Amino acid sequence: MIEALQRRVNDDEGLVRRGRYLTTSFLLEVGATPWLISIFEGRIVSVTPGPFVMPSSSFALRASEAEWKKFWSRRPPPGSNDLMALIKRRALKAEGNLQIFMSHLRYFKEALGKLREGAAA
Amino acid sequence: MSVRFEPIVGRYMHLDLFGRPHRVYVEEAGEGTPLLCLHTAGSDGRQYRGLMNDIRVTRNHRVIAFDMPWHGKSSPPAGWHEEEYQLTSAQYTAMVLEISGALGLDRPILIGCSIGGRIALHLALEHPERFRAIIGLQAGAHVDPYYDLNFLHRADVHGGEVCGAIVSGLVGPDAPDNERWETLWHYMQGGPGVFKGDLYFYKLDGDIRDRVAQIDTRRCPLFLLSGEYDYSCTPEETLAVANSIPGCEATIMKGLGHFPMSEDPQAFLAHLLPVLEKIAGR
Repeated sequence: MIEALQRRVNDDEGLVRRGRYLTTSFLLEVGATPWLISIFEGRIVSVTPGPFVMPSSSFALRASEAEWKKFWSRRPPPGSNDLMALIKRRALKAEGNLQIFMSHLRYFKEALGKLREGAAA
Repeated sequence: MSVRFEPIVGRYMHLDLFGRPHRVYVEEAGEGTPLLCLHTAGSDGRQYRGLMNDIRVTRNHRVIAFDMPWHGKSSPPAGWHEEEYQLTSAQYTAMVLEISGALGLDRPILIGCSIGGRIALHLALEHPERFRAIIGLQAGAHVDPYYDLNFLHRADVHGGEVCGAIVSGLVGPDAPDNERWETLWHYMQGGPGVFKGDLYFYKLDGDIRDRVAQIDTRRCPLFLLSGEYDYSCTPEETLAVANSIPGCEATIMKGLGHFPMSEDPQAFLAHLLPVLEKIAGR
């Protein structure tokens, strides 16, 4: 399911345009499974599943499988409807160089929202 | 070509606040019992456009919203470029009382959201005689910071982008798209460091947990309305405040978020109008 991120983000011209000054790699951890996601000028160039020996990334977003499942449900319940909501409940850990994450926060929120059930591709 | 004008009129008021001259923008609509509206952190009085454009409110109320200094069309005071904006409880309290007095309002109903809801609790406790009733939207006694506030004001993070993105998830899921994005636009238009300066009051200086139970609703009725999807001031936090104050009435508004009056005015009015009726009947 995470693999779908590449096509769904890249198919959204507006989102890619907003991310045109964003080039980075970040780790998305869904429970014990890490995914390395590389972005070049707003376009996702690869989504690689772990395990990794020495993954290089600018920052990591880590949450349990159950928390991501709620976040990616069709209508997330209160407290699971946004990355910041998860962070507030300490259900999501954002670690690393968060300048990149915060300076493109809308991009990351909308990109990860693409995995939501029923979300437009 | 036909055009349509809203009934809202705006004026600039000059007054001294905190010992310095200020230019404050004030909007109002309607006639009757004054209803003084306080906007959220980092936004401005436009959040109350839904109330000011609804005849069900304006036929009995003079609805007034001012942009706090540094916000919206109000200016920061002269010399602003040499200082860091930081809102304190004492300043906020003085500002509301001074502006209410300057407008000649006789015991207005006060309605405030988020930081406006928090200062409403301070005012209910400290100056109940100045208000006919107080309505706190998204009004909790305290919020722990849940992100590094410094990101709101640094040269390598665009202030408008990050302020809008930070609060975007606080809008409820059912908000009409145009209202959602207008609400976020107001955040994106804030001056550098202003949202962060407001949050100094909201997350640090304005903590009222140890005093909130002393509010006496016999001196000034208190109503709390909070959106179900607000993870900044959660329904649990609102209910905790309500349960600690005898006579306080609280409603959790289903589907709404942190900006009820702005993100979905029609859904919000369904909750507000009965409260205004109750206040009128007292």
